[in-house]
Amino acid sequence: MLEKALIGSKRYWIWIFVLLGIIGVGFIAYLQQWKYGLGVTGLSRDVSWGFYIAQFTFLVGVAASAVMLVIPYYLHDYKKFGKIVILGEFLAISAVTMCILFIFVDMGQPMRIMNVVLHPTPGSVMFWDSVVLSGYLFINLIVGWTTLGADRKSVPPPAWVKPLIYLSIPWAVSIHTVTAFLYAGIPGRHLWLTAIMAARFLASAFAAGPALLILLVMFVRKVSKLDAGTEAIQSLAKIVTYAMIANVFFFLLEVFTATYSGIPGHAHPLKYLFFGLDGHTALVPWMWTATVLAFLGLGLLIFPATRQNEGILPIALVSVFVAAWIDKGMGLVIGGFIPNMFERVTEYTPTATELAITVGVYAVGLLVLTVLYKIAIGVREDTAGEAEHH
Amino acid sequence: MSINRRQFLKIAGASTVLGLGGASVVNSLKRGGLEASQMSPDPKGLVAKRWGFVVDVSKLESEEDYKRCADACHNIHNVPVFKNDKLHEVKWIWKEPFENTFPGTEHEYMSHEFKEKNFLVFCNHCAKPACVKVCPTKATFKRKDGIVMQDMHRCIGCRFCMAACPFGARSFNYLDPRGKDTDGTPLIKVENKTFPTRMIGVVEKCTACYERLSIGQQPACAEVSNGAIVFGDLEDPNSEVRKIIATKYTIRRKPELGTQPSIYYVIGGSEHA
Ligand code: SF4
Ligand code: SF4
Ligand code: SF4
Repeated sequence: MLEKALIGSKRYWIWIFVLLGIIGVGFIAYLQQWKYGLGVTGLSRDVSWGFYIAQFTFLVGVAASAVMLVIPYYLHDYKKFGKIVILGEFLAISAVTMCILFIFVDMGQPMRIMNVVLHPTPGSVMFWDSVVLSGYLFINLIVGWTTLGADRKSVPPPAWVKPLIYLSIPWAVSIHTVTAFLYAGIPGRHLWLTAIMAARFLASAFAAGPALLILLVMFVRKVSKLDAGTEAIQSLAKIVTYAMIANVFFFLLEVFTATYSGIPGHAHPLKYLFFGLDGHTALVPWMWTATVLAFLGLGLLIFPATRQNEGILPIALVSVFVAAWIDKGMGLVIGGFIPNMFERVTEYTPTATELAITVGVYAVGLLVLTVLYKIAIGVREDTAGEAEHH
Repeated sequence: MSINRRQFLKIAGASTVLGLGGASVVNSLKRGGLEASQMSPDPKGLVAKRWGFVVDVSKLESEEDYKRCADACHNIHNVPVFKNDKLHEVKWIWKEPFENTFPGTEHEYMSHEFKEKNFLVFCNHCAKPACVKVCPTKATFKRKDGIVMQDMHRCIGCRFCMAACPFGARSFNYLDPRGKDTDGTPLIKVENKTFPTRMIGVVEKCTACYERLSIGQQPACAEVSNGAIVFGDLEDPNSEVRKIIATKYTIRRKPELGTQPSIYYVIGGSEHA
């Protein structure tokens, strides 16, 4: 099926080369980091995780969100998702690829990455995270590839993938739960030390992931003959709506506990994020942008009139996606480190090198996504009209 | 103090792990073999069930006294000194005012003097260390005698331990510690050839002078502290640390987090100065 990725229009190839160019720039930036160390980033003794780990955390959520298609389609036999389940699975593959790369670029001694395997440490959440993430990548590769292969031949997928598909459901939940446990089990970081962290992670993932997927599906519909259909899009949009309501609700629960209890340690990080602490306000504009976007997106999604308007829907989805990205991709990780263990504020701003590497990793993800989608669309266009039959 | 063969092996094993022997992580088995055959135990080596510290800063009078403790540690352990780069600094022991050492304990009626009173902070060698729990490679681990060690050859630089340590005790080598400062001077002024320097991209911290204990010496900071830092076996009721803890009011940093720090700070000790 790979050959489908090698035949494309001029626009397809321009896009591929643009991505390769961005990856090249990111790679050069990484070489610089390789040479001088993580000192080229904005990270510090106080804020020792930043943009890379935050993107990793966010993208685990995007990866997990494929389950929002798998459950309705395979468990509830919701046929309308038939054409796009594969797009969800391939999005998951691309997202996990980026996750692994973000972990890699964040390491101080990347050549030693195999130490995690050579000295397995079941007591470390990071060990489990690497296990579940690689497992998830593997499951989605197998499931995606075999179901698509079967599709090409217009036969039902082989029986042995069914158990794998079912396994992928709890597995998807596990990747984001374990990722939340990276944070939620750490004593002394008040923003993270919350039992609701995993639930919040899943809610925000199930909002942001499907939001991105709808946007992709709409794009695919524009550039190819693969049309998921309005009903599939609207069903997904409802999933985004409910998940986003839960996400905002969970966040407000955090705000309540932190502020009403009045325990200073709990209130400080939130105060830093939304109002600034000791005159340090770097994240304040971002967090309020996220707040406005979250409510804007929610408003547009809740009212059927705006949700069903396909001109407005993308605005709502972009709002939700960006809000979730700022919340997890900036606020959550950085906020956990501020104030530091001595109640002092050291702020963090990513450097140009760091941003170039980050954009480079995203370009790799987009390249993987483009190639996989090209293949999926190619197969679906060949068998157009038959997909509904199974 | 006597030392038996098993205890020696434990100490020697950890010394090599930290890089003294220069053995790589991969042949850890071979490493054990080397210890037993090529080194003989130092009968003077200090042993304990659980090493711990008592810090009484009333015995530190001037800025100089604090600096002497920190310098003693940083010099013999080849800790790089960054003149103008606070963000990337590496430190094993340093001073922090009361309100920063024990956040949440200060209050509005406390004398300004006490709030600002400096304490010495370093790794607490916690009995239940958060750093050890999270490390995905066992690069940071706890010895039987309570010392929380750091294997610079195994550390992958993921910095999970830095996120997890509630005491800010750990530093990451963002820049090459063997390199030069912005003004061209070496970051390690005078290298102590008997102690390993670290490579870029690994985490480090106070290792309770394990290398000095093994040859019967006290931790360097304790030695130059005028008695402000006392080192000893917390499990031994007759040790000096236990005697101080039994007679004076001591507190630990953030005990509510359950890591069980092994540094006890004497509070209000000025009358003992
Ligand atoms: S003080 Fe921090 S680094 Fe030291 S043992 Fe305790 S948790 Fe680990
Ligand atoms: S930075 Fe090194 S010591 Fe710390 S958790 Fe990672 S591997 Fe372990
Ligand atoms: S015990 Fe040794 S390593 Fe630890 S702070 Fe004191 S001198 Fe430094």
